[in-house]
Amino acid sequence: MVEQSDAGLSRRGLMAVGVASAAVASAPSATAAPAQDAPILATVTLEVNDRKQTLHLDTRTTLLDALREHLKLTGTKKGCDHGQCGACTVIVEGRRINACLTLAVMHEGDTITTIEGLGTPERLHPLQAAFVRHDGYQCGYCTPGQICSAKAMLDEIKAGVPSHVTADLSDKPKLTEAELRERMSGNICRCGAYSNIVEAIAEVAGGLVKGEPA
Amino acid sequence: MRAFTYERARTPAEAAAAAASEPGARFIAGGTNLLDLMKLEIETPRRLIDLGGLKLDEIKATRDGGLRIGALARNTDLAADKRVRKDYPVLSRALLAGASGQLRNKATTAGNLLQRTRCPYFYDTNMPCNKRSPGAGCSAIGGFTRSHAVLGTSEACIATHPSDMAVAMRLLDAGVETVRPDGATRTIPIAEFHRLPAETPHIETALAPGELITAVTLPKPVGGKQAYHKVRDRASYAFALVSVATIIHEDGSGRVALGGVAHKPWRVEEAEAAMPRGAKATTEALLSGARTTAQNAFKLTLAERALGAAMAQPRG
Amino acid sequence: MKFDTPATTNPIDQLKIVGKPVDRIDGPLKTTGTAPYAYERHDALEGVAYGYVVGSAIAKGRIKAMDLGRARAAPGVLTVVTAQTAGKLGKGDNNTARLLGGPEIEHYHQAVAVVVAETFEQARAAAALIKIDYERAKGTFDLASAKDGAPPAKDNPDTAVGDFDTAFAAAPVKLDEAYTTPDQAHAMMEPHASIAAWKGDKLTLWTSNQMIAWSRGDVAKTLGIPKDDVRLVSPYIGGGFGGKLFVRADAILAALGAKATGRPVKIALPRPLMFNNTTHRPATIQRIRIGATQDGRITAIGHESWSGDLPGGGPETATQQTRLLYAGANRMTKMKLAVLDLPEGNAMRAPGEAPGLMALEVAIDELAEKLGMDPVELRVLNDTQVDPEKPGRPFSQRRLVECLRTGADRFGWNRRQARPGQVRDGRWLVGMGVAAAFRNNMVMKSAARVRLETSGQITVETDMTDIGTGSYTIIAQTAAEMMGVPLHRVTVKLGDSTFPVSAGSGGQWGGNSSTAGVYAACVKLREAAATKLGFDPTVAEFSDGQVKAGGRNAPLAQAATEAPLVVEDAMEYGDLTKTHQQSTFGGHFVEVGVDAATAEIRIRRMLAVCAAGRILNPKSARSQVIGAMTMGAGAALMEELAVDKRLGFFVNHDLAGYEVPVHADIPHQEVVFLDETDPMSSPMKAKGVGELGICGVAAAVANAVYNATGVRVRDYPVTLDKLLDGMPTLA
Repeated sequence: MVEQSDAGLSRRGLMAVGVASAAVASAPSATAAPAQDAPILATVTLEVNDRKQTLHLDTRTTLLDALREHLKLTGTKKGCDHGQCGACTVIVEGRRINACLTLAVMHEGDTITTIEGLGTPERLHPLQAAFVRHDGYQCGYCTPGQICSAKAMLDEIKAGVPSHVTADLSDKPKLTEAELRERMSGNICRCGAYSNIVEAIAEVAGGLVKGEPA
Repeated sequence: MRAFTYERARTPAEAAAAAASEPGARFIAGGTNLLDLMKLEIETPRRLIDLGGLKLDEIKATRDGGLRIGALARNTDLAADKRVRKDYPVLSRALLAGASGQLRNKATTAGNLLQRTRCPYFYDTNMPCNKRSPGAGCSAIGGFTRSHAVLGTSEACIATHPSDMAVAMRLLDAGVETVRPDGATRTIPIAEFHRLPAETPHIETALAPGELITAVTLPKPVGGKQAYHKVRDRASYAFALVSVATIIHEDGSGRVALGGVAHKPWRVEEAEAAMPRGAKATTEALLSGARTTAQNAFKLTLAERALGAAMAQPRG
Repeated sequence: MKFDTPATTNPIDQLKIVGKPVDRIDGPLKTTGTAPYAYERHDALEGVAYGYVVGSAIAKGRIKAMDLGRARAAPGVLTVVTAQTAGKLGKGDNNTARLLGGPEIEHYHQAVAVVVAETFEQARAAAALIKIDYERAKGTFDLASAKDGAPPAKDNPDTAVGDFDTAFAAAPVKLDEAYTTPDQAHAMMEPHASIAAWKGDKLTLWTSNQMIAWSRGDVAKTLGIPKDDVRLVSPYIGGGFGGKLFVRADAILAALGAKATGRPVKIALPRPLMFNNTTHRPATIQRIRIGATQDGRITAIGHESWSGDLPGGGPETATQQTRLLYAGANRMTKMKLAVLDLPEGNAMRAPGEAPGLMALEVAIDELAEKLGMDPVELRVLNDTQVDPEKPGRPFSQRRLVECLRTGADRFGWNRRQARPGQVRDGRWLVGMGVAAAFRNNMVMKSAARVRLETSGQITVETDMTDIGTGSYTIIAQTAAEMMGVPLHRVTVKLGDSTFPVSAGSGGQWGGNSSTAGVYAACVKLREAAATKLGFDPTVAEFSDGQVKAGGRNAPLAQAATEAPLVVEDAMEYGDLTKTHQQSTFGGHFVEVGVDAATAEIRIRRMLAVCAAGRILNPKSARSQVIGAMTMGAGAALMEELAVDKRLGFFVNHDLAGYEVPVHADIPHQEVVFLDETDPMSSPMKAKGVGELGICGVAAAVANAVYNATGVRVRDYPVTLDKLLDGMPTLA
């Protein structure tokens, strides 16, 4: 993705949040605690799967926990919470990111697509249907992240973003097996469905260009 | 993770001033390293200053024919920038060899330079670490050191700098533009930006408290065949065991920098002077003074062979 | 129902639905993120508090003092549970170390406290405020140095047939080598997670667990409450691989936290805690000696293995397959178990065979080279159709030779250069490797309840789990085939301890055993339905939603017009596993490229040919095999829990440090299943593939690396640093 999201940036503009709305939680022990340990709350509005959602959150809440624990959108998974597995991949402002390594309050006004925004069991997104057809999953835990990642990844290829295996940086990247494997490498599948996942993605992408051997 | 206040900065200077006014304040941009460390309480800021609203993500040509890369330019965008791909391909290659698509979409240019080490002992707060707590001792020394530094180490620390991008920046003689809390600006040559651990491994860069990176500048393109070979066990999404960045000109002269071997990108003037004489002479100068453990001594052979391959047949 | 004579023709043999590569019935839920995993039960309960686990900072010793004051006073904190506050706790039959440590510490990151708070952020922050003063004790952490004094492993006696020593000494061609395999982590994507809620004395645990009945018992035992007061619910499990066979700290601490607060409590183990807090596959040191005649017949085969575990733990049974895989009149195996103070070792996918074959199948490759024989031919020559220790006991099915031959043919094995280091493709040195795959087939009692609903829908309930294996789907296929209804007319409910006790997911027995249990229940339902409809149950046929006999037919649903028909039965097993050796077989073929300069290793092609009885669903079975091949590739090339031998812990305890394969490591994988049924295994005539698939893979990779480079690595993982010194000098 090479396009900039300047509109989003300026919209957020100069606002300062958090400080003014600092408050302690209603726990009985809160008064006994040193003041600086009290959680600091902030309000953030996210546009998740085409729905505006305003949340009052501890500033420490990651986008991932905001989705899973506050919005109850548990399709986005917590595999490692440290950016090492990709299970939490969501699409923010058109780009795939790890929801575990970003704070919810950093996303004021952002458009967020999670797996729930792509399709439902009754109306699967083409990628979801292809994953089912090709058995591109086993335990299912990394699957939403793989699918969100795949969707944004195909857009990245379309936009001409190169990858580590792109042979010629001056060329548009081609839709090869090697490109898909490299670009999907931020999504770990310990069940080892990789071979099937790549076939599912390739089918949705309209078939592969025969690539160079690894 | 400790509680913190959160605010969005309006201008770089204001951000720097705000950060300097409070010892517990930290900037946050991509957040991909800082939040990781905050969850483990390796970083414990009490105040986070979000730089996301500063328009520091532009990549612009400079008057002297170089490039000025906004501090907040995302790794993905920098790697994909047409000018970078054409004139500084080693930088594109280094960026694309790092992390994952998701992380590159979030990680910024300045944040990448400021990444902290991935030493597993640094990451485990039960283990003494001079970076986390100066004077505590280094538990990596004598422990599991396969990924650790072999050059420029000290008795206090054998950690490496994990960035790929920084190795290319070092090779390209980048400059790091900053603004200080008093509003003064300066450019720190990349060679002076990262520090060796010595007795103070917790001080990792030349930045003063509150000093904010606003841009990274590249001098005008130097041409040559540019390559970045990152060697790792796993084919992707892994830190380098050793990486070799090279620029090789037709006359045999060139530049070389190594990643994964030291507390900063490793570049040695004498080694580059030796390049026309071949890989062996170059490697000797480059790796001179290395101190290894039984587990990481292979990095010397690896660096020598990877450089040999790069000099024999530069990869586009 | 008892299975004690070989299966004859039965309704499964129709193969209208069983044996077909149908899509998984849970696929739409999993791909849309709507399948609820343990930590995600917003649907089941509200007002849940969050627990955060604190792990020990030392490997061995004791807690001198704990300062919980700041944590207890921290905002949002509801309680802090430690061994001191928890009351008397027992230990599960399947646990070696206690799940809540203190004052004694048995291993690094053993749980010593859990903080329960209103929010996750508060619990995590407060956990960091707990200060603990430890007294470190000297521990033993290095298998290599503990190996020599290690006693024989209890319950795993030495085996001996013939006279190994004499035969080995006399053999004209000998191999005597040592191999090591490292500690490995399951590293399933979903961390161990549980939500606990009490209603009076009754505990419900939504948890991520492979073996519901075992774990229900162990929860009860640990908490000191009757089993009947414990309910486990585990419908979706984000991977297990043996790591979720047993109750772990998340479940027990959630239960304790919930008890202490009177609130439901949920806990997921933080990823960096998992590697030392939970179980792992133990490292091994193995010595293999093989003596052979000049023409390649094995006359003596000996396999010894050393592993370590905490006191009271068990060995990694790495010599298992050597007792059965190859012929040879003189044989011996030995297993020694050292006491180590590292985290608890336990089962991981194909325990025993996976690390055992990592050594044995390299040894066979080395022997082939010594003999100047093709490694496929050497294996074929030494095939046996009977248990080599008890020649009167045949294998129920054994088509290893066909697996190897078929694989060799499909892979283009004849293009392999016997002399290593001969093939070059650009910057890559290219090599091929082969290994046999072998894993025993175990059968386990398994029960199910089936119900013909008034709507005509069939509901199956069993506490069987689906850890990604496809249990939901093959159980539905089984019931559909048995009852003569389409797949969508079957509803499958799994992973709840209120359902009949199944075989559970372990040891690759789940597929065959759980469907056999469903078969037994369906036989009963057929009888009930036929009788209800006035048919002779012995001749009634079930197809197309109809029951047919004597020229008459009636809709199946009619049997339940007044009320659902509900039956329950289990499949139990007789002596067929004693009279016949039941095993699964395969051949793995791998091609690797090794960078001539840097020795980076990349897998280019992988093929597995498997003979594992009837394949109930070729699509999900193939997935099991490719997944296992992927894990085997990891074992070959990167996976190692690095032991800090001074401090006694696994250093690389996260997913950045413990590398498992990513997309870019794995090429397109081919899997071939031989067309086979095994009537000795169950009425399903099926066996397992989920573990077979990993057995031998790593050796095939290591053998391919040798073939590419001429460098033989006997210490896994095969990483580039172990190759560099033997690589060709650069041009």
